[in-house]
Amino acid sequence: MEGLAIPLNHILIVATLLFISGLAGIMFRRNIIFILMSLEVMLNSAGLAFVAAGTAWEQADGQVIFMLILAVAAAEVSVGLGLVLQIQRRFRTLDMDQATRLNS
Amino acid sequence: MELILFYIASAVAILATVFALTRSNAAHALIYLIVSLLAVAVIFFLLGAPFAAALEVVIYAGAIMVLFVFVIMMLNLGEEGDQRERQRMHPAVWIGPSILSAVLLIEMLLVIVKLDGPQTGALIGAKQVGLTLFGPYVLAVEIASMLLLAGLVGAYHVGRRFRLSEPAESSTGDSSEKGAKKSTDNQEQA
Repeated sequence: MEGLAIPLNHILIVATLLFISGLAGIMFRRNIIFILMSLEVMLNSAGLAFVAAGTAWEQADGQVIFMLILAVAAAEVSVGLGLVLQIQRRFRTLDMDQATRLNS
Repeated sequence: MELILFYIASAVAILATVFALTRSNAAHALIYLIVSLLAVAVIFFLLGAPFAAALEVVIYAGAIMVLFVFVIMMLNLGEEGDQRERQRMHPAVWIGPSILSAVLLIEMLLVIVKLDGPQTGALIGAKQVGLTLFGPYVLAVEIASMLLLAGLVGAYHVGRRFRLSEPAESSTGDSSEKGAKKSTDNQEQA
């Protein structure tokens, strides 16, 4: 782990703080666009942890997993934003507390 | 030196994320979120992962955030669009993200001028990442391509039904329409 000038603990702390803010955003916001943004933040913090660990052990695997996380985020956000348009058309609102039923 | 730059970039990332998730306007939140992603890209660069940093800027802050911008613009279509646009030009909206991204710009200039590139430990470049990606992880690449195909088909499906259900306002008419279509499909299969 001596290949890393920045302590791994500090990077993991930053990733944890980013993850916690994303989780709090999911729990406290009810606008679906903000929920999707919080999901992006959480995926991004997971990618940060992967890249930091990969650099700490001087392996490229961390960046490979980060690219897979990018693919997951792209697929998730495209389907999610399509659902946002659908929900706005059906319910005339973006509040997730109004859209609690699957078939209404 | 790079430790201080790392701490500044981390502070910018966390501040921008907290600001993004506490805004009430989605477009303002998006600007802060882009600043947060750029700060994480700076952290990647300082860690010695320039390929991941480039991907973060190009795909996350570029492509995915453009998707968000498209959807927010589509939802905001209305008579108050002009007023919103004038409000978006107000200095109170862009001064916060501008300061945070100016900090990131100063960091980048410092890295280029003083350090002659990142010198923080092991540098894992694009070549090593590519060799690993298409060597032991080639099955994961195939799975990611299947996932992206599924996302494409899913987004197309949701968008297509969104356009079809536009004339029918009531959900009951929509469901009966769907049922009729399904029954015709079944007949065709039979």
